[in-house]
Amino acid sequence: MGIPVIEIAGVSKHFAIRKEKSLKERLVNFGRSNLHRESFWALQDLDLTIESGSTVGLVGPNGSGKSTLLKLIGGILQPTSGTVQLRGRLAALLELGAGFHPDLTGRENVYLNAAVLGITREQTNRYFDAIVDFSGIEPFIDTQVKFYSSGMYVRLAFAVAVHVDPDILLVDEVLAVGDEPFQRKCMDRILGFQQEGRTIVLVSHNLDQVADLCDRAIVLEKGRVRADGVPRDALRVLRADFAQTQREDVEKHAAATGAPTLRITDVAVATHGTPTDRVMMRPGDDLAVFVTVGADRPIDGWNVGISVRNTSGQRVLSTDAVMMGAAPLAAVHGTTTARFDLPGLWIGEGDYTVDAALSVDGLTEADSVREGAHLTVTSTGRYVGSTFVEPRISLV
Amino acid sequence: MTNDAEARAVRLAAEPLRPASPHPAFFSGTARSVRDIFGQRELLGLLVRRELKAKYKDSALGFFWSLAKPLALLLVYYVAIGRFLNAEASPRNTGGVPDFAIFIFCGLTAWQLFSDIVVGGTGSILSNAGLIKKVYLPREVFPLSVVGASLVNFAFQLVVLVGATIALGHVPTGGRWLYGLLSLLVLVVWSSALALLLAAVNVYLRDVQYMVEILIMILFWASPIVYAWRMVDGAIDGWMQQLYLANPMTQVVLGFQKAFWVAGDTWTVDGRPVDAQPANLATMLAVTLVVSLVLLWLSQRLFTRLQANFAQEV
Repeated sequence: MGIPVIEIAGVSKHFAIRKEKSLKERLVNFGRSNLHRESFWALQDLDLTIESGSTVGLVGPNGSGKSTLLKLIGGILQPTSGTVQLRGRLAALLELGAGFHPDLTGRENVYLNAAVLGITREQTNRYFDAIVDFSGIEPFIDTQVKFYSSGMYVRLAFAVAVHVDPDILLVDEVLAVGDEPFQRKCMDRILGFQQEGRTIVLVSHNLDQVADLCDRAIVLEKGRVRADGVPRDALRVLRADFAQTQREDVEKHAAATGAPTLRITDVAVATHGTPTDRVMMRPGDDLAVFVTVGADRPIDGWNVGISVRNTSGQRVLSTDAVMMGAAPLAAVHGTTTARFDLPGLWIGEGDYTVDAALSVDGLTEADSVREGAHLTVTSTGRYVGSTFVEPRISLV
Repeated sequence: MTNDAEARAVRLAAEPLRPASPHPAFFSGTARSVRDIFGQRELLGLLVRRELKAKYKDSALGFFWSLAKPLALLLVYYVAIGRFLNAEASPRNTGGVPDFAIFIFCGLTAWQLFSDIVVGGTGSILSNAGLIKKVYLPREVFPLSVVGASLVNFAFQLVVLVGATIALGHVPTGGRWLYGLLSLLVLVVWSSALALLLAAVNVYLRDVQYMVEILIMILFWASPIVYAWRMVDGAIDGWMQQLYLANPMTQVVLGFQKAFWVAGDTWTVDGRPVDAQPANLATMLAVTLVVSLVLLWLSQRLFTRLQANFAQEV
């Protein structure tokens, strides 16, 4: 530990994508060619040092520069300014089956793909049986790969990929392939790599995976480092950002659509004290959700419900007046507020959002508010997931 | 931490940092480029095989098709030019070209190799875009794999050519083969230089590949492939003739004819022997070889420069 194997100093990457690639276009657009330039900074002034034996997760929203950074480390792209320096052998798994040719057989493609990844012929000969065995597609190894199912294709490609012998392994979103047993095999392999002291840099949108595998997470945003540290802290920053983005989207959407007669005017939450649109809580706190409803004429036979979702949009819980047997509710005219009590809410660490919805006469939604209020749950960090426990371990 | 990991850490600590993407200097980076390319010879071999295997896979006649095109051309030119235009030596035209079929096939074989390398090489970077975007390799391997695959096709045609000379009883022997070898060297070096250069330029300006196809078609007629050098000698002289002879492919075609077209030595017109090739052909080929080597080096250096942005341009 401690020896820097990747040193990134002052790296910026600028893309100027000219859309014209032919002589005609260049002549026709001569002088105006700047109009046809799509120009942006994919990475700006990045300084990073990655140490040997560490597993680093690169996370961030789409277009934040994760893959560009990986390609710069892999030497596939060159930085506009700054330097990227490495120690040791590097292998990049940016795409499974790079160089696979559909007309060649599985066997031929194994050799080709292995050579592309820098495995020598001698090594490939030695590993060949292991590769085929790992992929589990032995009966089809002499079939052209164009006849493979997509699952077989990625299994074979992955089987080759895990037999690389690098000091630094770059992985771009390729871990989640195949069925569950195969995925488990892949994970075991990655854990094996870690034990052998290899350095792994992976790009993933699966934040749970990053939290599981990595000992460091780097959050990129618009080409800059937003957060860098132990996965739990870095991912918290990213989750908060995702929630923020979603909130802005919701506001835009609300501004664009018209107003129904029965409306939700406010959603608020409180653990104790005044209801607000944002609370910090600990697992097991009592939560109250307030949904304020306004009607410009008297309406009865209405129903109101709430749901709590995590940042990936999964519903953690959901309930409404009908479900609780509280319907019919008294007719509403003017403004009224419904209070939902959720006593002892044992939910896990993370950011959550509270949605509210209204319906009239059991019909479809009259109005809904997505992400009307926000919860941030902080806890011990001893586990991940949506339910809270206080885990203990002992040997029996 | 396991022993493996410790050993790795110790080994890495001893290694110096190196740049992630090589950006060698124009002159001093040559050795490194050569080393890098040489280091990928296994991959190069596999890519050559891929080109060859994938091309005619699933066709019933398979590899035969790579011979079909030159043989069909041979037939067309032999009938149209040799017979109908009466270029071949015959009772009707006693001063015509002897063994006209061999004569044409010498030129066609050389030209086929040239056009395979240049046309294939020009498109090679774009057709391997998938790999170039995802893996770092010395990108020269793609044009070079085209050279390799074209040479294999060429070998088959050469077998047919030599077989035909044996069938006609005019077997090339001894020093003739040196002409063949020298010409082949010039051909490979010169066309590889072009392939590397055009492959790189084509990434930035896609017109190049279409331009090349047309130029190949036109330049076919600028070398003595279907007509004899003797006819050019009579038609142009002075600087125009020098220019004509300066074309490396003209020299290569003449060299192939010198090597494999044995009947050319005993060509007589009106009872007098005539020169089938210029007298100083060997010298010309040697000079062209040196020039081509310099050009190959230059275009490789240029290729290195241009390849830095391949991954974002293809």
